[in-house]
Amino acid sequence: MRNGKLMVAPTVLWLSFFFVVPLLIVVAVSFASRTPYGQVIFDWTLGNYARFTETLYLSIFLDTLIVALITTVLTILLGYPLAYFIAQLPQKWQQPGLILVMIPFWINFLIRSYAWVIILRTQGVLNTILLKFGFIEQPLQMLYNEVAVMLGMVYALLPFMVLPIYVSIEQLDHRLLEAASDLGASPFTAFRKITLPLTMPGIAAGTILVFISSLGMFVVPDVMGGAKSALIGNLIQNQFLSARDWPFGGALSIVLALLSLVLIVLYYKALSAQQGGGKNAEDMA
Amino acid sequence: MKEMIRLQGISKKFGDHIIIPSIDLTIYDGEFITLLGPSGCGKTTLLRMIAGLEQPTEGKIFLDDEDVTKLPPYKRDVNMVFQNYALFPHMTVEENIHFGLKMKNVPIDEQKERVEQVLYLTQLEELRKRRPQQMSGGQQQRVAIARALVNNPKVLLLDEPLGALDYQLRKSLQLELKNLQRGLGLTFIYVTHDQEEALTMSDRIVVMNKGVIEQDDNPDTIYHDPKTKFVAKFIGESNFFEFEEGATSVVRPEKLNLCLEDEENANHPEPRLYGTVVDVVFYGTLDKVFVRLDNSNQTVVAYQYFDDVKRWQPDERVGIWWQPQDEVIVHK
Ligand SMILES: Nc1ncnc2c1ncn2[C@@H]1O[C@H](COP(=O)(O)OP(=O)(O)OP(=O)(O)O)[C@@H](O)[C@H]1O
Ligand SMILES: [Mg+2]
Repeated sequence: MRNGKLMVAPTVLWLSFFFVVPLLIVVAVSFASRTPYGQVIFDWTLGNYARFTETLYLSIFLDTLIVALITTVLTILLGYPLAYFIAQLPQKWQQPGLILVMIPFWINFLIRSYAWVIILRTQGVLNTILLKFGFIEQPLQMLYNEVAVMLGMVYALLPFMVLPIYVSIEQLDHRLLEAASDLGASPFTAFRKITLPLTMPGIAAGTILVFISSLGMFVVPDVMGGAKSALIGNLIQNQFLSARDWPFGGALSIVLALLSLVLIVLYYKALSAQQGGGKNAEDMA
Repeated sequence: MKEMIRLQGISKKFGDHIIIPSIDLTIYDGEFITLLGPSGCGKTTLLRMIAGLEQPTEGKIFLDDEDVTKLPPYKRDVNMVFQNYALFPHMTVEENIHFGLKMKNVPIDEQKERVEQVLYLTQLEELRKRRPQQMSGGQQQRVAIARALVNNPKVLLLDEPLGALDYQLRKSLQLELKNLQRGLGLTFIYVTHDQEEALTMSDRIVVMNKGVIEQDDNPDTIYHDPKTKFVAKFIGESNFFEFEEGATSVVRPEKLNLCLEDEENANHPEPRLYGTVVDVVFYGTLDKVFVRLDNSNQTVVAYQYFDDVKRWQPDERVGIWWQPQDEVIVHK
């Protein structure tokens, strides 16, 4: 007993020091206010949360949700076929395929974002090529708009969608598709009635990962979106760095964290309902 | 009789492995045909080729006079009861059974009616709302049968469909399946390891060994007149005697009779062999008497029913005789 407690002690210490304590600090700060010079005063106010309801911030929040939603849908549309393709490859090609998907993770995210800037900017790689071959007369403005942000987000988060979907397709019992075919289902119908519902858990896991990650994203809008497209991640970053309004930044962070938490809880609820046999997965297809 | 399925020079290789060298087989409309053979002899592979789940390396498959060799499974009017059930885990029993009917756009009313009928037949009415993973192996097996049966296909392929059931249920489903098949005039291609099942249910038994048909006959002939040593060995128990070079005499244990070694004035043929009883095992309706033959270390087995001469004891000396017509000569 005593031994066991001793053994988990370092983990508990580590967790409380690096996770619980900072979180509590952010919670505390979110109820504080600040002096004009950025000093934090703990006077337990709800003002920061109230500020959040101002139209400006609500519209940034709404924009963030919309971008996250579109990013998620796009990663599903691109990620599912990619995962399916990799899962269909001969066994020896699957591992390399997955590694190709993951390679970008090995490079710093900021550097990868700037790589996109180099490709897309007006004097960039893509414009130079298009000009050279006479496809266009004038360089195209491809950066610093919503499309560029979307591109960056999808690029950054695609692996989070591909991996869980790949796992669920890989686990699918191939014999079920044979049975469906035997019972008269064309390959497309078999996909819709069997493959898709049975890989739903993979899609759900990928959706949670991508959606939550894109809610907090600030590098992409910053680097590829320019000043025009601030999302809630940028707003938070600003409060902590340039605006030096820690209490408001804290409040925004807590709202974001709570939203993510709610989504995760919903996800587990849906998952256990499906496994418990309550919900009919076929109807979802 | 109308031909339902014709396999013409069908062979199958997996890589360099020849699983089926070449098979020709015709199956007639309304026939109950059983494939019997040891594990790995290619029974499932043959069914899968008929279902379209596997392409034959060579040869042609005709279904109701149509060449279906190149047709995908979903375009063949054939259904399979899979050895491993392959039930859809995200659907209830009912939904599993409905699946094939939906695919064929059967009118809703008729779907309902047919599903009810097979649910009743397979005694699954109470379990209709369950998912496969909430059921026992035997129950799942019944769902697999129901799911295929409900489609009334031209040919039903059944890959050991009763293997996981207990004795009682197996007996009753054997009877149900047989009645159904006969009543509706369905064509069944049935795979089983259970010889008794094969002998009682089939119109015809195809005994396979290493992808080759050893014998293709009605159950009576298969049992009483095996063409090869393999068939005699594989179906029922047999005693083998090498009286001549290159020819083996086969005598079933129930055809072997035992008498006292020094019996006089017997009104039966002279004993062909003599030996000593080594063991007597009680089997309910009969005793199995094991006799070690003189001048060899071969042991033969004879079934003795209790109205026979006497109950034998180990170490007794016996003579062994049989009627000439009960001896079958095989050459392979
Ligand atoms: N996809 C495959 N690839 C390679 N070999 C295979 C494949 N499918 C079957 N085989 C081989 O073909 C042979 C016949 O297999 P099959 O499943 O037809 O046997 P079976 O008669 O049904 O046996 P059982 O009674 O055990 O079910 C076996 O040796 C098996 O290993
Ligand atoms: Mg088999």
